[in-house]
Amino acid sequence: MRVAENLNAALHGLLDDDPTAYVLGEDVLDPYGGAFKITKGLSTRFPDRVITTPISEGALTGVAAGLALTGNTAVAEIMFGDFAALAFDQLCNFAAKSVSMYGSRLPLRMIVRCPTGGGRGYGPTHSQSLQKHFIGMPGLALYEMSPFHDNREVFAAMVERGEPCLFFEDKILYTRPMGQADPLFTVRRDGELAVVDPALPEPAARPDCVIVAPGGTAHRALGAMRSLLLEEEISCRLLVPSRLYPLEVGALLPYLGEVVLVAEESTAGGTWGGEVAHLVHQRAWDRLRGPVRLVHSAASVIPTAAHLEREVLITESAIHRAVREALRD
Amino acid sequence: MTETLVPALDPATGRPGLSRLSDDDLELLLLIRHFELKLLQLYGRGELNGTTHTCLGQEYVPVALRTLLGPADFVFSNHRGHGHYLARFGDAHGLLAEIMGREGAVCGGVGGSQHIHRDRYLSTGVQGESLPVAAGVALHLRRTDPGALACVYIGDGTWGEGAVYEALNLAALWRLPLLVVVENNGIAQSTPTAAQMAGTVAGRAAAFGVDHHLVVSGDVNEIRAGLEPLVARVREGRPLAAEFVTHRLGPHSKGDDTRPPEAVRAAAENDWYARYAQDHPEHFHRFDGPARALVEGVADEVAARPPSRWSPCA
Repeated sequence: MRVAENLNAALHGLLDDDPTAYVLGEDVLDPYGGAFKITKGLSTRFPDRVITTPISEGALTGVAAGLALTGNTAVAEIMFGDFAALAFDQLCNFAAKSVSMYGSRLPLRMIVRCPTGGGRGYGPTHSQSLQKHFIGMPGLALYEMSPFHDNREVFAAMVERGEPCLFFEDKILYTRPMGQADPLFTVRRDGELAVVDPALPEPAARPDCVIVAPGGTAHRALGAMRSLLLEEEISCRLLVPSRLYPLEVGALLPYLGEVVLVAEESTAGGTWGGEVAHLVHQRAWDRLRGPVRLVHSAASVIPTAAHLEREVLITESAIHRAVREALRD
Repeated sequence: MTETLVPALDPATGRPGLSRLSDDDLELLLLIRHFELKLLQLYGRGELNGTTHTCLGQEYVPVALRTLLGPADFVFSNHRGHGHYLARFGDAHGLLAEIMGREGAVCGGVGGSQHIHRDRYLSTGVQGESLPVAAGVALHLRRTDPGALACVYIGDGTWGEGAVYEALNLAALWRLPLLVVVENNGIAQSTPTAAQMAGTVAGRAAAFGVDHHLVVSGDVNEIRAGLEPLVARVREGRPLAAEFVTHRLGPHSKGDDTRPPEAVRAAAENDWYARYAQDHPEHFHRFDGPARALVEGVADEVAARPPSRWSPCA
């Protein structure tokens, strides 16, 4: 099953199981079914609870908050995650604050889906990974879609949390399969954390390097792990958390080694990786050979032309190189 | 209509006198007035933390709306919301405790003057932000609580925010039971409306096909009579912008009034408080002293309470 189908099924499941659940966003109705077809079929099955909105990201996020405020479960789609900037006030000053600024906890079941990332030639304002701008906001949780996490399960976790959640969906994943098919590696789950190790017991037992990556970067990390293993006999472990913020760093600790690297698509500066590194340093500094390494896209806008875009975005080979450098030091 | 509801002309100003209020309305108006005056006094004495925005001169707006709104209706207030809260709950103790950070505060002292949530009442401090949220709430009410509405208080300055227009569009498009109460006091903080708004509130509402009702009267009974049928239509899914031409007597917050003296004087001349005292002296004085004393008592009692308690991680 492709990731997009899994996500679509998760939305069907949510609307099916929860009579208070709404899905709203721009162009989400059938037959169009959303710019990335993720909402396909929803409006046909649940015409009253799937709502198409004008091009008003701020207002549609506010409406979602209003629905959540009155006890509903609201899922809002921001067509391109870049446009979440237009909803920043609703997210930061209303939804996230409302959970706690009225003195007692006010649960809000609200998910804002953000198709994210580059690699598809959409250019500087339709290709960004804006996760870093939402990190550190009390009352706002960040999740990222991954091929190793069933989306229905992730949605349940976000709803259960009772606070607004941003769900980042790397667009590249939509057409990729769930799970991973490379026989070189095996995936297991420890709670919300996906742990990917080499299939052979020997390299799996003592990984040379541990890579922490969100779902959208995981397949690039896996590609690097494959070439490192085959070409250089370097063994890596990949850790993919479902929730990026607040990060449960305790869940990562048992899987870390002496060399740790964070790979993500965000452009350089103030990254999620910086936050992960800080948390790991606080808890595991003595066990590390050196500081946590950060691999990310360049400090640049994301160009449209394919050859230029490739120069800016994080790639499999950049991760490969970074692991080699980390092990050389 | 009774005799008392027909305003007589005031020979001095040539404008209609105020009709006689019910005891409840007068008590509430005076409670809000003395509450706000008390706040400015407490600030002056350095006994309050942060800032506040009083609704002096505008008290009659939520008082007029009080009987038009029911417990199923959701009310969204703003930074200048003490009158809105008191008109809804009459709870001067809880509100003052909230502003002073004392035990018994409505929101534990976390929200303070401009962030209050209680039952179906919620205020926020960012201009325009509550309109889309109210649209979402109105959508919910229309489906689960037919006949209930969402009421949002905004000011003339709020019309500078894009969120207002996104929400008005949705309200008209989705036929939401949304009542937008515009307290147009002619000044946004320090900026006169004429310096920040092109066109009119009426014109902007008309652009979305949203009904507009202009209220120039400060007479609670008259305002109610005019609004009643319109609010009934809101409940049927016909959104309304009810614009009150009103007057802010005091500063934006505290000690920051840069208006020329004649503007302040003009606001004072429109003050319902002095007008009602003149038009109905016996009624006014029967309730004014007790209201002042009540607020004094509330302030003394609340100030003596221990600090409110709250855990950031709760």
